[in-house]
Amino acid sequence: MSRITDTFEKLKVKNEKALVGFVTAGDPDIKRSMEIITKMCDAGMDILELGVPFSDPTADGPVIQRSSARAIDQGVTLKDVIAMTKKIRANTDIPIILFSYYNPIHAYGLKTFYDDATRAGADGILIVDLPPEESDEMTSQWPGDELSLIRLVAPTTPAERMKKIANGASGFLYMVSKTGVTGSDGLDNSEISSTYSHLSAASDLPICVGFGISTPEQVAAVANIADGVVIGSAFERTIEDNIDKADLADLLYEQVKACKAATIING
Amino acid sequence: METDNTKTREKLTDQYPDSNGHFGAFGGRYVGETLMPALLELDEAFKKYGSDPAFIDEFNKLLEHYTGRPTPLFHAKRLSEHLKGAAIYFKREDLAHTGAHKINNTLGQVLLAHFMGKTKVIAETGAGQHGVATATVAALFGLECKVFMGTEDVRRQAPNVKRMGLLGAEVIPVSSGSGTLKDAMNEAMRYWVGAVRDTFYVIGSVAGPHPYPVMVRDFQKVIGIESKRQILKQAGRLPDMLIACVGGGSNAMGLFYPFVDDPMEMVGVEAAGKGIDTEKHAATLGMGTIGVLHGSKSYVLQDENGQIMEAHSISAGLDYPGVGPEHSLFKEIKRVRYESITDEQALEAFYTLSKLEGIIPALESSHAIAQAMIEAPKMKMDDIIIVNLSGRGDKDLGIIFSNLD
Ligand SMILES: Cc1ncc(COP(=O)(O)O)c(C=O)c1O
Repeated sequence: MSRITDTFEKLKVKNEKALVGFVTAGDPDIKRSMEIITKMCDAGMDILELGVPFSDPTADGPVIQRSSARAIDQGVTLKDVIAMTKKIRANTDIPIILFSYYNPIHAYGLKTFYDDATRAGADGILIVDLPPEESDEMTSQWPGDELSLIRLVAPTTPAERMKKIANGASGFLYMVSKTGVTGSDGLDNSEISSTYSHLSAASDLPICVGFGISTPEQVAAVANIADGVVIGSAFERTIEDNIDKADLADLLYEQVKACKAATIING
Repeated sequence: METDNTKTREKLTDQYPDSNGHFGAFGGRYVGETLMPALLELDEAFKKYGSDPAFIDEFNKLLEHYTGRPTPLFHAKRLSEHLKGAAIYFKREDLAHTGAHKINNTLGQVLLAHFMGKTKVIAETGAGQHGVATATVAALFGLECKVFMGTEDVRRQAPNVKRMGLLGAEVIPVSSGSGTLKDAMNEAMRYWVGAVRDTFYVIGSVAGPHPYPVMVRDFQKVIGIESKRQILKQAGRLPDMLIACVGGGSNAMGLFYPFVDDPMEMVGVEAAGKGIDTEKHAATLGMGTIGVLHGSKSYVLQDENGQIMEAHSISAGLDYPGVGPEHSLFKEIKRVRYESITDEQALEAFYTLSKLEGIIPALESSHAIAQAMIEAPKMKMDDIIIVNLSGRGDKDLGIIFSNLD
């Protein structure tokens, strides 16, 4: 069984939802990024989304834009992200999903990427700007199916299209909480519920909801609806606000702990 | 495909793009899922209204009575004599309302937005010409308009920023990256993700995700259609060469497309900035590699890790590290020859045209003129070149005079 499926099944038994944590790889630098990720895993994060820095992140709000820019300033490349994946994998069994724009993957080489990412221990890849209409070019060059291609569904996606997207998906589905870039505010739980019910009717895969979720209260509310909750900008904001502090990784440990506690469904 | 581009060949105009907007290996739709339904809706709307007589009739009327089309085709005799070569004709897009070809496209797209019932439009702009043209037509239709513009371009194209304000548009300065066209487009796309339900994104060139490259080409091809009719009337035959500058590629595509199946040479001119042997240029087709930027696959300026590089050109409208996908196809099949012109050569052409013909060209267009000054002397006296004079230079006087002292 894949690490992703395994994770969701175990959580189900425990009556918990998945806490999916996003950080940009190599922010503020590779060494501290590794410390942060280690602590986040220790704090009980269920799935890691490791962001590949990109110069032109058009689906991201200012917080992740700046985190991406900091990593690029440190010279972080996709090759480095894959090397980090390998190190992280040596210490944890949680699923690792690489989160990227298409261009860095395209430049790396589509087959080489598959080979290197799977060898390093990555479980999936989510490419924000690669809709199903364009993804055959990539997957047709993949020699196996060890890497889940995580698909996105948005509040603007019509029901018919949801089915089409779900059909080609594996691992889990990533449901965008609202029409906006990452980190934008104005979370609307009733909109989330309605998109979720359409999507769960179209697919048996676990559904994780992300974009704009930051506080444990919001996590709890979304965990009541979906199978997993993704937090990105809120973690990146902590990194940015405490970038020079020696206890930066501990701050993320505490933040993950509080958010993870909110994914436990009681009663 | 074989590359004999002037003799027997399947008609290119019938072949591209496919139904998902692919021009061979280029084009497509590389955007987040939130935007996909909007692009599919736009594709449908463009197909529907693009063949609706009511839409076509209104578009044509506006082109004639609002924009002032057809724009003249002018035989530049003094420049031709000066160069001692081919006869040079200018397609005078500088005389279109708002001073550049950009208005053809914004009229088409804003009219489409109006037919689709959208009440708000957004645009990105580099030189400010597309921003001004969008703001202008938005005013005409009473639509709310926001224009995203890099801070560097706000500085160097100040008169256009003021014009957009007068036209009732809100200019949103974008300081990320190099504060130029690429960054403005990033920010416009981000804004669109949040506002996609009621907002129409008016893209300013034959770039971006499908259907923009086809749609903008269709709205701009009036340039080539008129040029063909006018040159046949004035010279009694088709030209031997077409020349246009290439930023995203819309004025070039507009001129070239109606001639694509005719036997003649076409030259697209990119900005070489301080030289293509330096890092400060915008020669995407000349020096770039294949990648994905702003929703389509095309040539881009990028490093080996797939990070997009900053472009450079004295002309804000050419200062872009991407290019429309159909140009990438035309490069690949060698239908168009792509050259580049430095800042310095463009400035020289700018002065030459001002003095010899009494026309002050945009710095973008000056790149095409500079290329004509290289090509014409190598050709015969009875050869004909049509150069797209894509815009007028008033907006550039600030740069010109600061360059002089
Ligand atoms: C006068 C003029 N010419 C050319 C361009 C370049 O755009 P394109 O290559 O799409 O024609 C611009 C862009 O702002 C412009 O203002």
